[in-house]
Amino acid sequence: MSKIISNERLSRDFFRMRVECSNEARMGQFYMLRAWRQYPVLSRPISVFDSDGGTVSFLYKVVGRGTEIFSGLKAEDDITLLGPLGSAFPEVSGKIALVAGGAGIAPFYLATKQLKAKQLEAYPGCQVDLYLGFSDRPLLTDDYRKTADNVTVNVGGFITDEIDPAGYDHIFACGPEAMMRALYEKCKESGAAGKVYVSLENRMACGVGACLVCSCRTSGGNKKVCKDGPVFKGEAVFEL
Amino acid sequence: MTAADNCLKTEFAGVPFKNPVVLASGTCGFGREYNEIFDIQLLGGISSKGLTSSPRSGNEGIRVWETAGGIMNSVGLENPGVRGFIEKELDWLNGLDLVNIVNLSGHSMEDYIGGAELLNGVRLDILELNISCPNVKAGGMAFGVKTDVAREVVRRIRAVCKHKLMVKLSPNAEDIVALARACEDEGADGVSLVNTFLAMAIDVEKRRSVFENTYAGLSGPAIKPIALRMVHQVAKAVHIPVMGIGGITTWRDAVEFIMAGASAVQIGTGNFIDPALALDVIAGIESYLDARGIKNIAEIRGCVE
Ligand SMILES: Cc1cc2nc3c(=O)[nH]c(=O)nc-3n(C[C@H](O)[C@H](O)[C@H](O)COP(=O)(O)OP(=O)(O)OC[C@H]3O[C@@H](n4cnc5c(N)ncnc54)[C@H](O)[C@@H]3O)c2cc1C
Ligand SMILES: Cc1cc2nc3c(=O)[nH]c(=O)nc-3n(C[C@H](O)[C@H](O)[C@H](O)COP(=O)(O)O)c2cc1C
Ligand code: FES
Repeated sequence: MSKIISNERLSRDFFRMRVECSNEARMGQFYMLRAWRQYPVLSRPISVFDSDGGTVSFLYKVVGRGTEIFSGLKAEDDITLLGPLGSAFPEVSGKIALVAGGAGIAPFYLATKQLKAKQLEAYPGCQVDLYLGFSDRPLLTDDYRKTADNVTVNVGGFITDEIDPAGYDHIFACGPEAMMRALYEKCKESGAAGKVYVSLENRMACGVGACLVCSCRTSGGNKKVCKDGPVFKGEAVFEL
Repeated sequence: MTAADNCLKTEFAGVPFKNPVVLASGTCGFGREYNEIFDIQLLGGISSKGLTSSPRSGNEGIRVWETAGGIMNSVGLENPGVRGFIEKELDWLNGLDLVNIVNLSGHSMEDYIGGAELLNGVRLDILELNISCPNVKAGGMAFGVKTDVAREVVRRIRAVCKHKLMVKLSPNAEDIVALARACEDEGADGVSLVNTFLAMAIDVEKRRSVFENTYAGLSGPAIKPIALRMVHQVAKAVHIPVMGIGGITTWRDAVEFIMAGASAVQIGTGNFIDPALALDVIAGIESYLDARGIKNIAEIRGCVE
C-alpha cells in the first residue's frame, strides 16, 4: 500500500495523482493501480507521468468505474501500486519528436525529462519536441513547455498533421491506435518508418506477463504488451 | 517442520502437497513471473498454461472483459506447444519444491493423444487433462459437455498416459456428476473443477459480440457459489479426489471448498486481484485450523453433508 500525496483535478475529466513510492521508473513504464479490495476485479494500468525516486505521479482520464474511484481519492488515502512494469522507450539521442493524443500525453512528461537529462550529459545541443493533440481543452502545456524544446499543440484536429517526420531522428507516439497508425503511415511515406516507436494500450489482467490476455501480434510473433511492451517499434506492430 | 506445516499438509491421488493451494492454469503462465514477486515454492503447486501438441497463437481481438464480480477471457490457448514447454519450462518447474501440474488441452482426439504421448517421456507430478476450454472453436469444451464424449477421451488418454491423470471438468457439462463418474470409471486419478462458464458480452454500438470468438469464459467471484455447489455434488459422487476451483479470493472461500469435499483448491482470477493472494489464502487457512485446534485439513474435508 502506498500513500497518496495529492490528487488534483486538472480539467473536467483529467486528474493528476502523486503517490509516495521509492521505485524509480523509466519513461513509458506503467503501474497497475488499485484503490479497492475486491471489486472491480481488475487493477488498472496507468503510465508513469513522473517519477523521482520518492514519489510517482499519474495523469489519468476518468472513463469508467475504476478511474472514477481514483478521482474520488484524497491525500493520505491508500492505493496499491504494482510496478513499475513493462518496457521503456529507448534511450536515444539526436532530434526526437514525441507525439501524443489525449491521455497519451501522460508518459511524455517523464520521457522529455529523461531524454533531456541523458542528452545534456552526452550530447549537448540535442532536441526534444512535443506534439500534443487534444479533443477540446489543452492540458498541462506549461509544464510540458518547461521540459521540452518546442511544444506544438493541436485542439480538435489531427496532431499528426503538424509534424514533418523528415526533421527527426526518432519519433515516439502514444495515444489512440488510429492516431499512432496514421503517424506511422505518414512516417512510412517519407521513408521514416524505422524511426517510430509506439506505446500500446491493450486490456490487462495480471500486468506481469502471466495470463496472455494482453497479447499482441508483432512481426516477431506474439508479444505481451504488459511485459515485452507497452513500447514497440512501429514496424513490429503495424507491418504484419 | 512446524505443526502448522502439518496441519496444511495434504495428499492428492498419492501426490504429497505441503499445502492445498495451487495456482490455476492460464492465470500464472509457467510460474516465472509470479516467482519474481514471491517465492512460489510457498505454494502447494502450480498448474501450467494449457498446452496443445503444437504451438497456438490464440484468439484475435479483445481477450479480457470485466463483469460484475468477475471477468470473461478469450485467450484461446495461446501456448508454446508441448515440445516448447518441455524445452523451455519443464526443467525449471521440476527443480522447484512444489507440485508440478501440467495442463494439457487439444482440439481433436489425435491432438490430445499426441500431447499425452509427448509428455510420457518427461517427469511431472500430475497431468491435468483440460476437456473444458470454451475458447477454442473446434474442441476443448466440446469434449467436456457430453458424458459419452468425455468418457471416450479419458479412456483413450488413460490408455496412453503414464502419469497421474486429473481431468478438469467444465461447468458447461450437461451432467457434471455423471461426467465425473465416467472419468472415475475410466481410471482418472482425480478431477478438478470448474473451468470457466461459457458467457458473452455485446457491444451495443457495434451490435456485435465483444469477442471475436463470440463467447468467452467467465471466472472469478461471480461463479463461486455455482462452482462450490458443483464441487460438493461431485465430491459426494466419486471416490477419487477433487480439486476445487472457481472464484476463490479469500481463505474463507478455500475452506468452503474443502468443507464441500475438495482435497485441494486452485486460485485463478484471484491472482489478478493481488499476485500474492495465494499466500494470504494459505496463511488464512492455517490460522483458521490453528484457532480451532484442527490438526489437519483432512478433518474438515467434506464435512458438509
Ligand atoms: C500500459 C497502459 C498505460 C496506460 N496509461 C494511461 C494513463 O497514463 N492515463 C490514462 O488516463 N489512461 C491510461 N491507460 C488507459 C487506462 O488503463 C484505462 O483508461 C483504464 O483502465 C480504464 O478503467 P475504468 O475502470 O475507468 O474504465 P472501464 O471501461 O470501466 O474499465 C473496464 C475494464 O476495461 C479496461 N480498459 C478500459 N479502457 C482501457 C484502455 N484504454 N486501455 C486498457 N484497458 C482499458 C480496464 O482496465 C478494465 O479492466 C493506459 C493503459 C495501458 C494498457
Ligand atoms: C485468463 C485465463 C486463462 C485461462 N486459461 C486456462 C487454460 O489454459 N487451461 C485451463 O484448464 N483453464 C484455464 N483457465 C481457467 C482457470 O484455470 C480456472 O479454471 C477458472 O478461471 C475458474 O477459476 P477462478 O474463478 O479462480 O479464475 C483460464 C482462466 C483465465 C481467467
Ligand atoms: S496482462 Fe497478463 S500477460 Fe499481460
